[in-house]
Amino acid sequence: MDHALTLITFVPVAGMVVCLAMPAAMKDACKWIAAAATAAQLAIAIGLYTSFDTTTTAIQFAEKYQWIPAYHITYFMGVDGISISMVLLTALICFISVFASFSITRAEKAYYALLLMLDAGMMGVFVSLDFFLFYIFWEVMLLPMYFLIGIWGGPRREYAAIKFFLYTLLGSVLILLAMLGLYYYGAQSTFDMTVLASNASHYSTTFQRIVWIALFIGFAIKIPAFPFHTWLPDAHVEAPTAISVILAGVLLKMGTYGILRVNFAMLPEATHQLAWLFLGVIGTINIVYGALCAMAQTDFKKLIAYSSISHMGYVMLGAASFTAAGINGAVLQMFNHGTVTAMLFILVGVIYDRAHHREIAGFGGLAQQMPVYAGMTGFAFFAGMALPGMSAFISEVLVLIGAWQTYPLMTTFGAATAILTAGYLLWTYQRIYLGPFNEKYAGYLDLSFRESFTLVPLAVIVLILGVYPHAVLGLLNTSLVHLNQVVLSTPGPAVALLH
Amino acid sequence: MDLGNFASLAHFLPELLLTGGLLLLVIVDLLVANKTHLGDLALIITAGALLLIALTPVTASAWLFHRMLVFDGFAMFFRALIALAALVAVWMSMGSEEVRGCDQGEYYAILLASTVAMFLMAESANLLMAYLSLEFVSLTSYILTGFLRHNRRSLEAALKYLIYGGVASGTMIYGMSWIFGISGSLDFAEINKALTTHGALPVLTVFISLVLILAGMGYKVASVPFHMWAPDVYTGAPIPITTFLAIGSKAAGFALLTRFFFPAISSLTASGSWQVPKGVDWPQLLLVICVVTMTLGNLAALQQTNMKRLLAYSSIAQAGYALMGFVVLSNDGIRAMLFYLFAYYLMDAGAFLVVMIVANSTGREDIDAYRGLAWRGGVVPAIALSIFLLSLTGIPLTVGFIGKFYLFAAVIHGQFYVLAIVGVMNSVVSLYYYMRPIKTMFLDSPNGDEGRVAGDTWNYGLMGVLACATIALGIYWTPIITFANRSLNFFVGPA
Repeated sequence: MDHALTLITFVPVAGMVVCLAMPAAMKDACKWIAAAATAAQLAIAIGLYTSFDTTTTAIQFAEKYQWIPAYHITYFMGVDGISISMVLLTALICFISVFASFSITRAEKAYYALLLMLDAGMMGVFVSLDFFLFYIFWEVMLLPMYFLIGIWGGPRREYAAIKFFLYTLLGSVLILLAMLGLYYYGAQSTFDMTVLASNASHYSTTFQRIVWIALFIGFAIKIPAFPFHTWLPDAHVEAPTAISVILAGVLLKMGTYGILRVNFAMLPEATHQLAWLFLGVIGTINIVYGALCAMAQTDFKKLIAYSSISHMGYVMLGAASFTAAGINGAVLQMFNHGTVTAMLFILVGVIYDRAHHREIAGFGGLAQQMPVYAGMTGFAFFAGMALPGMSAFISEVLVLIGAWQTYPLMTTFGAATAILTAGYLLWTYQRIYLGPFNEKYAGYLDLSFRESFTLVPLAVIVLILGVYPHAVLGLLNTSLVHLNQVVLSTPGPAVALLH
Repeated sequence: MDLGNFASLAHFLPELLLTGGLLLLVIVDLLVANKTHLGDLALIITAGALLLIALTPVTASAWLFHRMLVFDGFAMFFRALIALAALVAVWMSMGSEEVRGCDQGEYYAILLASTVAMFLMAESANLLMAYLSLEFVSLTSYILTGFLRHNRRSLEAALKYLIYGGVASGTMIYGMSWIFGISGSLDFAEINKALTTHGALPVLTVFISLVLILAGMGYKVASVPFHMWAPDVYTGAPIPITTFLAIGSKAAGFALLTRFFFPAISSLTASGSWQVPKGVDWPQLLLVICVVTMTLGNLAALQQTNMKRLLAYSSIAQAGYALMGFVVLSNDGIRAMLFYLFAYYLMDAGAFLVVMIVANSTGREDIDAYRGLAWRGGVVPAIALSIFLLSLTGIPLTVGFIGKFYLFAAVIHGQFYVLAIVGVMNSVVSLYYYMRPIKTMFLDSPNGDEGRVAGDTWNYGLMGVLACATIALGIYWTPIITFANRSLNFFVGPA
């Protein structure tokens, strides 16, 4: 497993090259090349998972080579408990999304090549431990995303694609400046994230805060946190199904991952002092506001997009709690949200492929025509509501237990939103699947084998993690508890506001 | 070393080759009836000059021709960059439909003359030489801009260029006369001595003279407020000449600007930062110019529908970015600027080349001519243009990102935080207009009336080389930064 991380990042790139080299006559082969590349990636990820040592906070599977020595830039990859869970999620979601893409018929070669490039960029973000390398991967995935939404998207695809690009670039340039600040004003000039983390105490308090806020805005746009969330519903509505799956399943996690990897680890003091406002309060707003917006939607996909915003709020709230339960719950929620939302978007795609619209009011009684589909949606909705037995139940409860100890008021709002969530999901279910059957939809086929193949693995994971969350929590716990300790060892906020 | 006329010639070979070459071109033009191979001859001459430059080691810096010119690492960098720009311009001219109808011999001869003039500009060690070479560059540029004699836009552009140029250089020489009055010399080293050891420096007088001089140099790099000529000239000139002006002339302008404002009037401290003459606050002025240049360039580019005009405003904005390396007053900054100019050469030449390929096939330069280019057989130029435009934006895995990275690093290191914020926000704004042609090429469907885009092997070859270099140097750029590092060597006199 010497070069496992390089391999897992660049297997999709190899797939991309093969895809592009395919003669036009063999463009059908591209989907299978993509499937093979992501399957190989998933296999490596499972290999990493089984050989990961959960008892240490040390970086594992590390690889480090000089890249640009004059500027102390290295090619440094490695994983700890936080990133290994995201590596696993990325590999899984990308594999699923290839199969969810089979309905794409236009310019398949380019589509799968871009999808694989996106995959490589996301994987690279999670395994990089050199800040420069991290940033390169972070930016590299913007471009395929732009084209995937812009070429294969819905009617307003151009608007949504450029909005996504502009928003995220705005965030990334702030990260770039913050990165340069950390490089120049630390104890030593380096981009090595592990060294930067151990240098934390070197920066002045004001400097820490300014850099922290710049980084926060950069990452918050990706989460997306209120008020930077407006690109997400547009992007989701216009994106093809598989891209929505990746967007919600993996891309959003890069934001919260960045906050943990950079803000928490490198600027613990500022984190300790600012988290209540930027993660706690904004996280709570995300939860409540996202749920309220979801309730008002008439477009099925937009509803899921807003519910995504709402659920990412739990991640922020949990991380801000500075309790072991809260922060563990936060990262577990990142994983669970990835699988559950992926299911939801695939389910939206299933009906969109048949009806070519997503107006909730235009459906009705679909359960009679498509019972398996309705059943699967019911399952996914229950998972979205975080009912006991589902994976999201564990993570949301952990977040709420942790956050309650720090921010009882905000936690009350967060917990009460569960009612809103149940409200909009059940109401939607009722309008689409129950009630009088709309004859327009007679003759629709139930889930195909391919569609089931994309949904069942996710459902199984949701169930397993609902019963045995340790499968992922075990990975996280050591690293997160350590990270939490680091933050807690710094002076806290001056005012004990909302405590 | 202070070399006399004959001893200097050994360090002057590229210029001699180009001068000899252009005379040869004129003669051959008179003798042969078939003019199609004059371009080949010009290409060989330019390549020869580039080869000479590459083979010349900068072992010892020296003054040439009794302190008129200077031969040092910095001059070598710009010689190489300008020769590369000339090479691209000649190559493009050979494949340009616009240039095909012109008088080949004169065209290439003037192009080579312009190259020599730019060399001299980068090497000047004396205000008189600086002025003469700048005027030399301008005169050749006016002619080249107006070379499409039957095209009204081309003529209008040449006239505008001439009028702006006349005003700018007149202002500059007036400023130079003030400097001469204060320091009693036209020689850069003597001026430096006079300004740094002057007992009571007439601060306001020096400042005003610097502002006046800046008019001439700012005009060459197309910085605000001396940028007004650029959009018209870039649009009117034949595309190879636009390219040459955008990359060559701008580089020469930056060379002279740097040599005058750093070694001539400031002094280097041991820590690698530059000390300006006491009380003469030109960096503040340049800071404002830098911010306004990039912002105005970017905002104006947002509205453009003609690709050449869009790239013209973009090149104004790019000059603003490069100026960031200037205002931080450190060797870090100058190094970043050198790197950026090299990156800019690759990506801007590439972008103009694709514009030329499309114009050759369709006769159009507006963005609508690019509709659905990727879906109507032009996927290769579409991808190449995307690479160049993304590099101009500063998206990673391109050399443009690395250039911006070094610039912002220098700015952050110099603690110019507001400038850094303005700079990155400008990058975000620029994304919008750089993405517009990309959107048009990939996201829009063709109307069917745009015409086929097909290029010859030579144009495609150059495009491929530039695109590959843009990406390869975005992944591994040590050779360029080493070159820029070595070039950070100004000869200001024997130690």
